[in-house]
Amino acid sequence: MTVREAPERESSSSKLGMWLFLFTEILLFGGMFLLYAVFRVTHSADFHRAALELNRIAGTVNTVILLSSSLTMALSIAAIKNGRRKLSLSLQGTTIFLGAVFLIVKSIEWNSKIGLGIYPGSPVLLAMAKGEILFYGLYFMMTGLHGLHVLAGTGLLLFTLASTARNAIRADSHAWLENSGLYWHLVDAVWIYLFPLFYLVS
Amino acid sequence: MVTVNGSIKPQIVGYRVYIATWAVLVTLTATTIAVYSLSLGTAGAVASIVIATIKAGLVFCIFMELRRESRFIQLILIVPVALMAVIIIFTLLDVWYR
Repeated sequence: MTVREAPERESSSSKLGMWLFLFTEILLFGGMFLLYAVFRVTHSADFHRAALELNRIAGTVNTVILLSSSLTMALSIAAIKNGRRKLSLSLQGTTIFLGAVFLIVKSIEWNSKIGLGIYPGSPVLLAMAKGEILFYGLYFMMTGLHGLHVLAGTGLLLFTLASTARNAIRADSHAWLENSGLYWHLVDAVWIYLFPLFYLVS
Repeated sequence: MVTVNGSIKPQIVGYRVYIATWAVLVTLTATTIAVYSLSLGTAGAVASIVIATIKAGLVFCIFMELRRESRFIQLILIVPVALMAVIIIFTLLDVWYR
């Protein structure tokens, strides 16, 4: 005889687990935002100058992409709750696509900087003003860590897509999808802060 | 074996709130860029953080359904955010007045 918790209990405890994980994520990125705050205040002119070199259009496009992916993510959960499996599948697929586009845009941006010889520890970078070195260090570190999170989230969504396709995620049991959504929204929220801090430094 | 309590309650979850929230988020993004192009210096920097916080707040409350969650779950979000805000603000105060 197997004893299992009632489904409602399992899903709320797994949701609690995901929220606790998000707590740690906020502290993880928060620590880097703290570094950014201090260095921006102590090297504001250098930060302003370095930020002008970033591609604002790419940053804006990526912001709209992630915001839209959060929409499709939320809609996919609503769809599965309504029993609309195919709709949820297309919305999850769209979210994955948008995540992939975000990563492509980000890697194009990174490639353009690396092509100019600007990467952590490079001679070109080390010849710049101290504040600019700090700016780029934070830029690669924070957008890199964020990008890894987008990549992981996209992998997670590929899993939920497959689960939904074989009906393991459905109207009466969709904790995996909801929790993946929570993770995805947090990744979006982090970018919401990264965008003005790196691209819109006036 | 534990039996499931009752039948599945049919619920129709609306899509409209999410779409409306997305529209507000995109508008706020445009607003941030507009504020940036005004080149307001420190006021502009503060404004962009405030707008970003409103956007993040919308993502938390509506996309992540935080409005509907228990106070405990809400605290799991509020506590680290408040903690980071305090740490950052007090560190900046220290740096400014050294």
